[in-house]
Amino acid sequence: LAILAGAAAADPDADLVINDEIQIITRAEAPAHLEGALPEIRSGWTFRTRETQALQMDDFENPGFSAAEMAIEAWETAEGSAGKSCADCHGTVEEGMRGVRAVYPKWVESAGEVRTIEMQINDCRTNRMGAEEWKYIGADMVNMTALIASVSRGLPVNVAIDGPAREMWEKGKEIYYTRFGQLDMSCANCHEENYDNYIRADHLSMGMSNGFPTYRLKNTRLNALHDRFNGCIRDTRGVPFDVGSPEFVALELYVASRGNGLSVEGPSVRN
Amino acid sequence: MRKVALGVFCFAAGLTSAHAAEVAPLEVVFDESGYVAAPLTDTPGDPEAGRKLMSNRANANCIACHAATDLADVPFHGEVGPTFDGVASRYPEAMIRGILVNAKNVFEGTVMPSFYKVDGFNRIADGFTTKPLEGEVRPLLTAQEIENAVAYLMTLTD
Ligand code: HEC
Ligand code: HEC
Ligand code: HEC
Repeated sequence: LAILAGAAAADPDADLVINDEIQIITRAEAPAHLEGALPEIRSGWTFRTRETQALQMDDFENPGFSAAEMAIEAWETAEGSAGKSCADCHGTVEEGMRGVRAVYPKWVESAGEVRTIEMQINDCRTNRMGAEEWKYIGADMVNMTALIASVSRGLPVNVAIDGPAREMWEKGKEIYYTRFGQLDMSCANCHEENYDNYIRADHLSMGMSNGFPTYRLKNTRLNALHDRFNGCIRDTRGVPFDVGSPEFVALELYVASRGNGLSVEGPSVRN
Repeated sequence: MRKVALGVFCFAAGLTSAHAAEVAPLEVVFDESGYVAAPLTDTPGDPEAGRKLMSNRANANCIACHAATDLADVPFHGEVGPTFDGVASRYPEAMIRGILVNAKNVFEGTVMPSFYKVDGFNRIADGFTTKPLEGEVRPLLTAQEIENAVAYLMTLTD
């Protein structure tokens, strides 16, 4: 349709290779637990315009990557009453954090609950460093999660949905299929039944989380996943759950599991 | 009987009030297919006003999901629903009114929102504020807006 959003159309078949070296899996077989709900799974990157796609191919062009780099200083800076930095316990980000983003959220045995990376970071800050918590979707936090994600780029998302995580996964699934707000729409209405369709000027993706945090050209900053959930529920004229709430953690686990098999891409670029 | 009495009352009041008789959202009568035969107001729908409404993002936002050749001057038509082209040749007025009032009665499980419905919502906010709505739910469109939209759609024949 000529009246659809302008700009160069998406190239769903393009290959995503970052910095000429990190091969990203942007299309994969749908995980078995989806039971045929999607014919295959696709990263949000495959739905973006060529221009937006290109920004993610080179870290110098990716504004989300500069934001992630800002967290390197925080990684190395001792803070709090224990006088420790993240690096003191975890070594370099590459050593300490490679693979982490691919398996979160996950059941953390020592805590007896499913946790997101943000929850782990705040646990380290308050209980291990004696420092102040970071705001769940604040810039310090989102930059740090971007840095942590960046060292897992290319690895396939592989969150566990069995064992003790099962209950949260089921809860997340229920939320995914629940209609919210006066527009009475669920995540599935847009991202399962209508991906690849335009809703006004927006080209709907499958709503995958493998690219988070995402740098959005629309608000020119890195966006945390719970921030995105917030926006999607707000757009139904609904009341979102709180960021970091058990409901959003459950939803995060479920959404991540829908993307099992796609590569970690964060910090990615979206519009 | 009740309806007649209501009509008489509104006719009398109508001399001074701007509002004509209206069927409230909870009083709409559907048939078994979800069609709504009776207009929701006394004032016949105005197709021009309906066209305007449909192009306006703030109100109806129909174009977010539907395309229509007649609305080609409005940018960014969606693809979530079918095109409006020729809709009046496909469907009777009562069905179109029924779809607008509560699309779920006509198309089970549809993603299309219900525009004249006030109950059965989950975590409803005050518009797009994310704050819980206090007080009563107002339908997305007024009775007259529904009639105007129906009148406009009835002009879209093949
Ligand atoms: C005093 C030591 C210490 C400091 C300082 C520390 N951590 Fe940790 N961190 C740990 C330990 C121990 C664990 C394992 C927790 C568990 O499994 O229960 C952990 C776990 C994590 C995890 C989860 C990793 C995984 O493999 O599951 C992340 C993410 C993390 N820390 C980030 C940070 C960040 C970011 C900082 C600095 C802001 C930081 N940590 C500071 C000791 C520390
Ligand atoms: C009214 C339609 C609509 C609903 C309902 C909706 N979303 Fe979205 N969502 C969008 C649009 C539009 C975008 C931006 C374009 C895209 O990536 O699809 C988006 C983007 C996303 C993204 C980012 C994808 C990426 O690659 O950056 C995620 C994740 C997401 N949505 C999850 C959800 C979840 C979870 C729910 C339910 C709580 C939900 N959405 C409900 C319309 C919707
Ligand atoms: C969020 C998406 C969405 C919005 C907004 C929306 N619709 Fe729909 N509409 C649909 C879908 C999807 C269908 C197809 C029904 C189905 O099978 O689910 C539909 C069907 C229809 C039909 C029947 C058309 C046909 O040929 O089958 C009419 C008439 C209609 N809509 C009118 C409207 C009007 C008028 C508005 C605004 C006041 C509107 N719609 C807003 C999604 C939407």
